[in-house]
Amino acid sequence: MRGVRGRFGDRLLHAYTWLIILWLVAPIAVMIAFGFNDKQSKSNATWQGFTLKWYGELFAIPDLSDALVNSLLIAVASTIVTVVIGTMLGLALGRHRFRGQGTTNFLVFAAISTPELVMGASLLSLFVSANVPRNQITITIAHVLFSLAFVTVTVRARVVSLDPSLEEAAKDLGAGPWATFRQVTLPSIMPGVLAGAMLAFALSIDDYVVTSFVNGSELTFPLWIIASVKTGIPPQVNVMGTLIFGVGVLIAIVNAVAARRRT
Amino acid sequence: MADQSPIDTPTDRAIELEDVLKEYVSHGEVVQAVKGVTLDIAEGEFFSLLGPSGCGKTTTMRMIAGFEEPSKGVIRLHGRDVTDVPPNKRDVNMVFQSYALFPHMSVWDNVAFGLKQKKTSREEIKRRVGEMLEIVDLTGREKRRPREMSGGQQQRVALARALVNRPRALLLDEPLGALDLKLRQAMQLELKRIQREVGITFVYVTHDQNEALTMSDRIAVMKDGLIEQLAGPREIYERPATTFVAGFIGTSNLLTGTATGGVLKVGEGRVLVPGKEGEVSVTVRPEKITLAKQEPSGDVSALPGTVSEVVYLGTYNSYAVRLADGDEITVFEQNAHDATVTAERGDSVWLSWQAQHSYVMGS
Repeated sequence: MRGVRGRFGDRLLHAYTWLIILWLVAPIAVMIAFGFNDKQSKSNATWQGFTLKWYGELFAIPDLSDALVNSLLIAVASTIVTVVIGTMLGLALGRHRFRGQGTTNFLVFAAISTPELVMGASLLSLFVSANVPRNQITITIAHVLFSLAFVTVTVRARVVSLDPSLEEAAKDLGAGPWATFRQVTLPSIMPGVLAGAMLAFALSIDDYVVTSFVNGSELTFPLWIIASVKTGIPPQVNVMGTLIFGVGVLIAIVNAVAARRRT
Repeated sequence: MADQSPIDTPTDRAIELEDVLKEYVSHGEVVQAVKGVTLDIAEGEFFSLLGPSGCGKTTTMRMIAGFEEPSKGVIRLHGRDVTDVPPNKRDVNMVFQSYALFPHMSVWDNVAFGLKQKKTSREEIKRRVGEMLEIVDLTGREKRRPREMSGGQQQRVALARALVNRPRALLLDEPLGALDLKLRQAMQLELKRIQREVGITFVYVTHDQNEALTMSDRIAVMKDGLIEQLAGPREIYERPATTFVAGFIGTSNLLTGTATGGVLKVGEGRVLVPGKEGEVSVTVRPEKITLAKQEPSGDVSALPGTVSEVVYLGTYNSYAVRLADGDEITVFEQNAHDATVTAERGDSVWLSWQAQHSYVMGS
């Protein structure tokens, strides 16, 4: 009895699983496919044949290339700043008891739950009233702001699961505070720090809402794409998207392999 | 006397605690974890801090290591006041209960960690780490990561990592707690061998009385932040200073009552307490008691009772004997000759023991 129902249930589960995977992958597959579309008209919405020419002409649109470079620079800069501050915050919140800890925890949570629209609008009014010119720096500041909480939370989770006697053992063996941090604490929380860094980078590279408030006259990759929707998105955008996605997949694979080797 | 403190001259003192007290504030209340402990530990001694959880033994050890600062009192290592010295500047090393091996380092790097901090030369690190791995029988496993090793091996890495620094004293915080019984017993002997080999003072924290009795030169039995008794294993077992020690170390029977003329009357029976008068508590170990069907003759303590339980335990039988007043006495009988028991459940029996096996506390 169980066999018959079990076999049917298994098939249903299989079908359901594949549907979910299809649902998740379909948009990405379309994006990748239309990077190879030999389109003749202005719009890149109907399949007209296979070509590799957009890969050859990747940087043929100077504004788009500038926007991509902008986005990459901002993503790298904001990731570095976020990881440094977020790791310190995560360590403090996960390891120590201090006055204002509850408030800090609340602020971290608030930063995650605040709608981007609200964050963008309030940042803009802050910059305007403080008379700060909007450019890559204000974008970077904004990106640090909204990704900081994610890095903090990831690092804090790692710190909490860390055996506190590891650091005591390092001190016991003669390591001062800095040596203990560099040789024991940091390597132990590295997986959390790296995960946080990837999150920060991913959040930064595709942010539209907050960026659109604080960009001034600067254009980032997502801003450029949205602006070009009316006139038709060029296939180069698909190609760039494909490459960014490819790098992401590559990192995920490397991480999975490293994790397997660790255990 | 064999159980006397082995300290003859002040230079023999490896570790001295003088009226050390530790207070915490927990939920707005002051809690005293250690309430004034004074003790001297001799050079080369195997010293145990024994007690139930929450008795202050771990806090005491952590103060010696420098992880906790005493609220009051002085700690000296080889005569030098180290009360305010941070752990990385103290000449003692610790083996942690969780081992605390660095998971991202190989066995070799774990063991070499302390020497690298002290900027020891490369050749010397190589030589000493190699030697130490040999002592703990881990040669050939240098490149392994801690998680690839068994609990017993990790334990030995932790030991090597501490000992390679040649500390003046080694502190061990329940280091065998995570191992199974067989391995634990093997490691007890192993620890004792290593201690003899390196000749370093060992301070050992445990709640396991067998462990403490097996390995220690001296034991401090702690309860509620105070030392109840500080003596050699034999003395602690044979002559417990308090009823707590008697109950905590091994199994023991407690009899209380009023003694007159050196005899404590218990129902129809008698317990000899030579020279004692008035309120007394008497402890007697289960293996000192003889169980018989007839009333014993001669100058011994003798109590009648009924067997309420017989348990066969391999090397010995354990009897529970209920006295007329309802108290239960435990008796161990060696399985020396055959597997038969002297008495069955429900039998009326007499218990007897020599006067010197009554250990009397109180007046």
